[in-house]
Amino acid sequence: MEWTDMALTGLIWALEILAIAIPIALSVAYITYAERRVIGLMQVRKGCNRVGPLGLLQPLADGLKLFLKETIIPAKSNKILFVAAPVMALVPALVAFAVVPFGETTLFGLWDTAHVMAIAHLNVGILYILAISSLAIYGVLMAGWSSNSKYALIASVRATCQMISYEISMGFALVCVLMLAGSMDLSVIVNAQKGGFWHWYIIPLFPMFLVYFISGCAETNRTPFDLVEGEAELVAGHIVEYSGMWFATFSLAEYGAMILISLLTSILFMGGWDAPIPALDFIPGTVWLLLKTSFFIFVFIWFRATFPRFRYDQMMRLGWKVFLPWTLAWIAVLGLFTYAGELNSSLTILSDMIGYYQPWRS
Amino acid sequence: MFEAGFFYLFATMAVVGGMGVVLARHTMHSVMFLIFCFFNSAGLFFLLDAEFLGIILILIYVGAVMVLFMFVIMMLEVNQAKLREGFLQYLPMGGMIALILLIEFIGAASSGIFHTNAIAAVGHFGKDVNNTVEIGKVLYTQYLLGFEIAAIILLVALVGAIVLTLRTRQDAKYQNISKQVNVRKEDRLRKVRM
Repeated sequence: MEWTDMALTGLIWALEILAIAIPIALSVAYITYAERRVIGLMQVRKGCNRVGPLGLLQPLADGLKLFLKETIIPAKSNKILFVAAPVMALVPALVAFAVVPFGETTLFGLWDTAHVMAIAHLNVGILYILAISSLAIYGVLMAGWSSNSKYALIASVRATCQMISYEISMGFALVCVLMLAGSMDLSVIVNAQKGGFWHWYIIPLFPMFLVYFISGCAETNRTPFDLVEGEAELVAGHIVEYSGMWFATFSLAEYGAMILISLLTSILFMGGWDAPIPALDFIPGTVWLLLKTSFFIFVFIWFRATFPRFRYDQMMRLGWKVFLPWTLAWIAVLGLFTYAGELNSSLTILSDMIGYYQPWRS
Repeated sequence: MFEAGFFYLFATMAVVGGMGVVLARHTMHSVMFLIFCFFNSAGLFFLLDAEFLGIILILIYVGAVMVLFMFVIMMLEVNQAKLREGFLQYLPMGGMIALILLIEFIGAASSGIFHTNAIAAVGHFGKDVNNTVEIGKVLYTQYLLGFEIAAIILLVALVGAIVLTLRTRQDAKYQNISKQVNVRKEDRLRKVRM
């Protein structure tokens, strides 16, 4: 009995993981398609439209092409780490999805209470995602170092500087969200924003929303922060020596991280699976969440078509001299607002104002 | 049964990782072993329901400290032959330290202080006990002074490190980025009537 129970639990876990991993892999494939079409549209050209209707089979053709290509391992590279690096880049990008809640469900009335649709319902969800996404750097670092090529090495050093710098302001932006929601549990954060768009944290935390999303851009090495892959000076950055499937693994990781950042931006600042106005509640929450996420992915692509690349020193300045002071100041402001009413009764209006967004205080 | 199995798994892997740090020939491989070791220690924290500590361990040590380690190692040119030169010379000293530590560990382990009866049996709290909240409460009430002093010391160290590396070269040309960013059309463009 015990063993059948354990086998059943294992099976359910495996299904849960597949139910998230397969859609991610598919959406990565089609985001590359969307990216080419959208950028094509913005640059007044066609984009890929040859393979299949409207070019819809292009991602499959690309995948097949990459799969059939030969994997070349440079002779003087560190072979173990060279092969391990793409895996080390991909694993954190996928593992981070374990705590992302995709909505709340009663499974068509089968359960009495609503369950959170996440593989693991952690009460330190945000910290987990921060920790896991900070691991993504090892893939880049290892790829750059083990290739034994100066371009790859310089690119990976750049990537490290970039990720470490922007992780800090990203973390502080998240602290602001925690101060409002009073929990690190992602589903609690979404429920704290329930009841229409005027409850969403984008309103009291608008600068933090900008900081988070732009830092997310920098973390995933997307344009305008793709100095790592700056093809004019570094050929293709840390992936210059990779070919075939190992190369594809890196772009899988990059687009996976992009989906994750978009998902988290919608969960933390845009109310997650909450409808913008309560009258629209009849549309399932997961649909709302995915719509918001798709919008942010579109914004990522839009950025790529719009902005020129940052210079390295400009990027460092933005991270350390603009975002970091902003986030620190906003934390102080939020803290002062929260407890202003206790200092002086004439300031109660301030703490009431912020208290509207803080369900843990009432 | 499950828990004990995971404990032995994490503990063994942590020890294997620790051995790997010392025994690996390549410095880069040592760093990878150390990261592996940190992961397994985080696993041990998870088993104790201390998920906050476990994740902080990964976030800070693996996500930040080890990246800097790796950064330094990547930039160094480590000469393997030269490293092995002094092996015999330092062997007696190193061996002695290892021996003293071993005796100390055996002494501590057999003294009875670390006996399972002496340590209060750690049961699992219910789901309503959130250890992040508990740590925060203790840190900001009971140990507030110590916490703040530690924070100040870290801040001083931070400022010190920046001051040590801060030098402005007079012979190099620097760009003032805020000036560049704030340039308006009128500053650069002059309409000339021809």
